[in-house]
Amino acid sequence: MPELARNADRTNDFAIKFANVNGTGSASANALIMKAIFRMGIPVAGKNYFPSNIQGLPTWYEVRVTRDGYAARSGRIDILVAMNAETYQRDVREVISGGYLIYDSTWPRSMLLQREDITVIGVPLAKMVNETFDGVRNRILLKNIAYAGVIAALIDVDLNVIDALLKESYAKKPKLLDSNTKALRLGYDYAKANLSCPLPLKVTHLDKTAGHIMIDGNTAAGLGCVYAGATVGAWYPITPSTSLMDAFKSFCERFRVDAETGERNYAVIQAEDELSAIGMVLGASWNGARAFTPTSGPGISLMNEFIGLAYYAEVPAVIFDVARVGPSTGMPTRTQQSDILMCAYASHGDTRHVVLFPANPEECFYMAVQAFDLAERLQTPVFVLSDLDIGMNDWMCKDLKWDDAYRPDRGKVLSAEELNKLDKFYRYVDRDEDAIPYRTLPGVNPKGAYFTRGSGHNQYGGYTEDSADYQFVLDRLTRKFTTATRYVPKPVTLGRGNCEVGIISLGSCDGAVREALDVLSRQKIDVDYLRVKAFPFTSEVEAFLRDHKLIFVVEQNRDAQLRSLLTIETAVEKSKLESILSYSGFPMSADPIVNGIRAKLAETPRLSVIK
Amino acid sequence: MSYINKPKVAHPSLPTNALGLTRRQYEGAMSTLCAGCGHDSVTAAIVEACWGIDLKPEQLAKLSGIGCSSKTTAYFVAGAHGFNSVHGRMPSIASGAAAANRELTYIGISGDGDSLSIGFGQLAHAIRRNINMLYIIENNGVYGLTKGQFSASADIGTKAKKGEVNLTPPIDPVLLALSLGATFVARSFSGDKQQLVPLIQAGLKHNGFALIDVLSPCVTFNDHEGSTRSYTFTREHYHPVIEADFVPKASEITVDYQEGQALSVELHDGSQVILRKLDASYDPTDRSAAYHFIETKIKNHEYVTGLIHIDESSTTEFHTLNKTTKVPLNRLPFEKLSPGNAALQKLQARWR
Ligand SMILES: Cc1ncc(C[n+]2csc(CCOP(=O)(O)OP(=O)(O)O)c2C)c(N)n1
Ligand code: SF4
Ligand SMILES: [Mg+2]
Repeated sequence: MPELARNADRTNDFAIKFANVNGTGSASANALIMKAIFRMGIPVAGKNYFPSNIQGLPTWYEVRVTRDGYAARSGRIDILVAMNAETYQRDVREVISGGYLIYDSTWPRSMLLQREDITVIGVPLAKMVNETFDGVRNRILLKNIAYAGVIAALIDVDLNVIDALLKESYAKKPKLLDSNTKALRLGYDYAKANLSCPLPLKVTHLDKTAGHIMIDGNTAAGLGCVYAGATVGAWYPITPSTSLMDAFKSFCERFRVDAETGERNYAVIQAEDELSAIGMVLGASWNGARAFTPTSGPGISLMNEFIGLAYYAEVPAVIFDVARVGPSTGMPTRTQQSDILMCAYASHGDTRHVVLFPANPEECFYMAVQAFDLAERLQTPVFVLSDLDIGMNDWMCKDLKWDDAYRPDRGKVLSAEELNKLDKFYRYVDRDEDAIPYRTLPGVNPKGAYFTRGSGHNQYGGYTEDSADYQFVLDRLTRKFTTATRYVPKPVTLGRGNCEVGIISLGSCDGAVREALDVLSRQKIDVDYLRVKAFPFTSEVEAFLRDHKLIFVVEQNRDAQLRSLLTIETAVEKSKLESILSYSGFPMSADPIVNGIRAKLAETPRLSVIK
Repeated sequence: MSYINKPKVAHPSLPTNALGLTRRQYEGAMSTLCAGCGHDSVTAAIVEACWGIDLKPEQLAKLSGIGCSSKTTAYFVAGAHGFNSVHGRMPSIASGAAAANRELTYIGISGDGDSLSIGFGQLAHAIRRNINMLYIIENNGVYGLTKGQFSASADIGTKAKKGEVNLTPPIDPVLLALSLGATFVARSFSGDKQQLVPLIQAGLKHNGFALIDVLSPCVTFNDHEGSTRSYTFTREHYHPVIEADFVPKASEITVDYQEGQALSVELHDGSQVILRKLDASYDPTDRSAAYHFIETKIKNHEYVTGLIHIDESSTTEFHTLNKTTKVPLNRLPFEKLSPGNAALQKLQARWR
């Protein structure tokens, strides 16, 4: 890998992977290391690879220390902390040549750990912890903190920063603060006394994280729903979306409960299934509340019938799909972008939906708010399609900001007075020629009463089986989808703009693509980049497709779903689109993009891409 | 074609309610159901009931699933919003709507197919959640709209029009509701307006989930010999156990009933239902006794009708449990909902 040579100085630029057994409390130790590095001003990216299981199965946590601020998985492991004997064999294989492996040498070092080209470091963790602490559970938990201490010494994490973090975590539990600090020192002091610290892979203070937070997308989206003024949330638990509703609920408990009366300004309903969850969202939205449901692929599959009703009867709804690996139950705790087409065309009949594609937690927050505005403005379901990587991993993001002048766009809702002035109200008449009709809310004025139905209806809202009347409404819905392009977020572009080669991508691929662009640029390969933020595609997408001769479509699914959507919905020639796909279930790294582009360009010498 | 409106010329001599509205003003679009369909009689009873309790038309929200029965929300109270959703899923629409605005009166109309087959789960969970609504099942033992297949409420031995005999046991919505803890459970017959109207009125006023199972014969697919949901069969096996009278809050209670034979239950808004027991042993406030009684009667092919169970003391209504603010959620001002930038900046300390 040519990039490695460039990085002779590995200070603040390496990846540590922790191999653990799930249910042993390792998460807090791993988070402690990551947070401490972040507080030292060094950008970090955390990726959690966990099993669909509660206790006893292998789980990994990867911390990328990245002075360049890359968001993607690094794709190589420099330091492996092997705390799970069961996975030694595969863990040891993953360490890059010249890397380090740390293991618990309480038990004799297994032949499994043999490798000539890496440094294997044994630390008698269990032995030290057992001699110092009592209680089985306690020892298991503190062993994690002890290895965090070892790592802190090896990579030179500032102990003051760790101490401050522990103090914050255990502010109200002095006993725990005491034992955790002790365990941390146990590992730290051992390493200092017995190992050559620090390693060449080390951290030093930077100033690149000021004005940033570490947050996961589901928390950010849940917070966005609170800020957007959502009052009804309905859901059925499913990984990896569950923490979105957990977040909404806890923020509501903080911000939406009347201090005096204890009364709640919200309702969260745990439905009996996703069919019911989306039904509740439609009922609440129809009634004028901002309502949403978070789910994942299997939930969207179940919701399809109702989504079609919402599309046709023009009922707003906000649906978060935090995508996981399909088909079927697939790998519920792994990430993928394989719900793109399902969301874009959910339900039977001719349907098309507005879909937003956040690329990171920060966008989850802002797009949550935008989704409600769009749903009410356009009177239609709006999807926010993120994925497990964005939803459940901690990302470094710019501080979230809120414009206090923001007021929700409630769309075309007629008030009692406006209705009084009307001769007669008709639900589906296009009065403004933007294909968006006016709606009314129940309980406001009997003049506004209409009948919401999924059966054939004319523009007056009446039942119809007349072809012309039916088509008139259906054609307006097509025009309404065109109107949507005026409101959805425009794509993000990067690059000179006049390269012959381009990349189109979406969502959580963004980090990997940006890193790949840097690598390619250092190899004197210039490529433009466009990231779509929404479906329907806006004119910028069409122009980018037109203006580039070869376009790599980078996405995380097997079937090239974004590429399909582009060929269906734009004028692009199919042959111009070259797919780069990743569907392993792990977040994408830059390597397959760099390699894919180099390989293709080698076959296509006539393209002038070299600077 | 249900959007054809009936002429709304009010006759000057038509009686008006406290809002000055005539019965005609509680009607809806013209029914497109078969002539003689039981469902149309239920519609008529709903019109009468809403007029009688002076319900503001826009205060009502009408919800339904799919089926002949579910179409009927279009045929009453034209001044109310209606939502004809998808097959078997009206309870979730109602639950969401009721969550968003606790001030409206919700009426859900469903069929035995809509409620006891495809929508069984949603019905059960709406009962469990104790959504404040009146839920009417127009129960004809068949799927009317898809031309006469047996529904899950068809009795064993029922003969379909084409001669097929049903062998699987029925699901009884009344027993279901009792077992799930519904606080208002009634059964009636579409042809018995006298019994049905006060039941609907009381059900609309009840604070919590009120279920009325209305036997409503399908003249086209289930009104022949061998059917247990025909007009003749229903009339013969009709067993009114308890008669209900509804007394609005404002009226003076002068209903003639004899001590010991009658029970008056005050609803949460102060209005009353007066229950006249025809069966001296029957106590509608005792859920398990009610369950046992109905179960025994069903075995004898008797449909017990009237207000089978009521519990006005229950505190499990959805909003009560949720501690929702009194102001409907859909009317809360944005300032009360969005915490603002200062709060956001403070909150973010935890992610640094
Ligand atoms: C998902 C779905 N499956 C099937 C149907 C077809 N369908 C329409 S109405 C109905 C049965 C209605 O029976 P019931 O609820 O008893 O109403 P009735 O017509 O008897 O009043 C069926 C199966 C449908 N509309 N949707
Ligand atoms: S088919 Fe039966 S249920 Fe349907 S309208 Fe006709 S009589 Fe009524
Ligand atoms: Mg039926």
